[in-house]
Amino acid sequence: MKGKPLAAVVSAGLSKFGKRDEFSGREIFAEAAKEAFERCPNLEPKKDIRALIVGNMSESFEHQCHLAPIMSDWAGLLPTPSLRVEAACASSGAAIRYGLFMILSGVCDVVMVGGFEKMTHRTTFEATEYLAMASDFPLEQWNGATFPGLFALMATAHMHEYGTREEQMALVAVKNHHNATLNPKAHMQREVTVDQVLGSRIIAKPLKLFDCSLISDGASCAILTKPEIARKYTDTPVYIIGSGHGTDAIGLYERDSLTSLKSTRIAAKEAYEMAGLSPKDIDVAEVHDCFTIAEIIAYEDLGFCNPGEGGKFIEEGISTLDGELPVNTSGGLKAKGHPVGATGVAQLYEIFLQLTGQADERQVENCNIGLTQNLGGSGATCIVHIYQRG
Amino acid sequence: MSETRQFTIEQFYKFIGERKLMGAKCSKCGKILVPPRPICPECLSDSLSWIELENRGKLLTYTIIYVAPEKFQSAAPYAFGIIELGNGVRLPGMIQGVKHEDIRVGMELKVDFDTNIPSTWPKWPRYFFRPP
Repeated sequence: MKGKPLAAVVSAGLSKFGKRDEFSGREIFAEAAKEAFERCPNLEPKKDIRALIVGNMSESFEHQCHLAPIMSDWAGLLPTPSLRVEAACASSGAAIRYGLFMILSGVCDVVMVGGFEKMTHRTTFEATEYLAMASDFPLEQWNGATFPGLFALMATAHMHEYGTREEQMALVAVKNHHNATLNPKAHMQREVTVDQVLGSRIIAKPLKLFDCSLISDGASCAILTKPEIARKYTDTPVYIIGSGHGTDAIGLYERDSLTSLKSTRIAAKEAYEMAGLSPKDIDVAEVHDCFTIAEIIAYEDLGFCNPGEGGKFIEEGISTLDGELPVNTSGGLKAKGHPVGATGVAQLYEIFLQLTGQADERQVENCNIGLTQNLGGSGATCIVHIYQRG
Repeated sequence: MSETRQFTIEQFYKFIGERKLMGAKCSKCGKILVPPRPICPECLSDSLSWIELENRGKLLTYTIIYVAPEKFQSAAPYAFGIIELGNGVRLPGMIQGVKHEDIRVGMELKVDFDTNIPSTWPKWPRYFFRPP
């Protein structure tokens, strides 16, 4: 064993992602919780779980604040203390980190972390507006920025500085859509071709519809315990061995770089150092592909390749399911879907399946170490975790 | 006189309404703050003064936005970019007065002003970029 176990993941649950017309957020969350409880028969949820931390981005979608007690109730956990955390699209990545800290504090032996977002009942205009709220209001939003627009600015800069091409970005979509065909819980289980991506309608040049992740409904959760008691709940725990959290200026215009996210570099450095590992030790990763360019930049910022070589990295097939370092085996935000508050823990769910050999058709052979990278907004927040098979 | 004005975003836009692009300069470390803030994030000093910024800069990156929130949809598709002014200050904003296919990274743009004030919060005018 390389890293020191900080906490164990003993179970996880994920709702079906997609357009869940009849269901509200709390009902979808209950679905994820039920799976996590069923995977862990020795757990007595009401008695054992000492706290629930729920990630959720926007109360605007369902006109509902004070979300945590509702999730505690719908998961059948009352009166378990509960708290919502918001870090835009990194909300549930943050839930993992602060759930981990509750375990490390010694106050709680067992903590449930999770996240959800119910989005698809809103119009594209409304969803675009609510999501844009995670960018700077006074200068960016007020002057017409959108979320795809901000990542498009990074894409243009990356293309200009490094010669990255739209075809390379399209390959990220092709790969992640393929992986999603092997994931029954994915929102969009169908293949796309490079030509389809390039020919799809423009959202914010150079990003087209198929460069963008999906507006989805979904929920995720995981049960964390002190490492010492993990075997009480499962024979196949996964250990969190590294955690990193990077914060940068909210406005893209205020940051050092337009082609790299400092928050990811900071979070990755912290997590790698804590785990005593380096990028070459990672066997499988789930990264924040909210737009295809974001996955290319993530390869570089996580140290999987050098700055500027992310386009080549995808082109060489290194991150495909049978490549040297499979990335987004779940289908990623791109094709599994991106119910924003659910995404961080949904990434953990995929790594949990991979490291416990339960990923079925998309199982990566011989994987022991997994990494998740969860971005908030245009990158003012980044949360990275590193996991090890128990 | 301007020294008595608060170093706030509200005041930044009041100046925009007067067709002036203004920032705050930290007297201690020299950092230029756009938009201004009450406290310098570098050295925590609150000893600040207003400076008028160069209103011309170089386009660092851009996009053409086709899908926008409702209040901007009638303007779509519109160009949006980040410019760097001579003193290293960067600003995001819309690019007008140039054909989308003629926009290039590195092109010179100047800051112009739309001084219409909305009747509801936030009662801010807007700035935008156009070729000089």
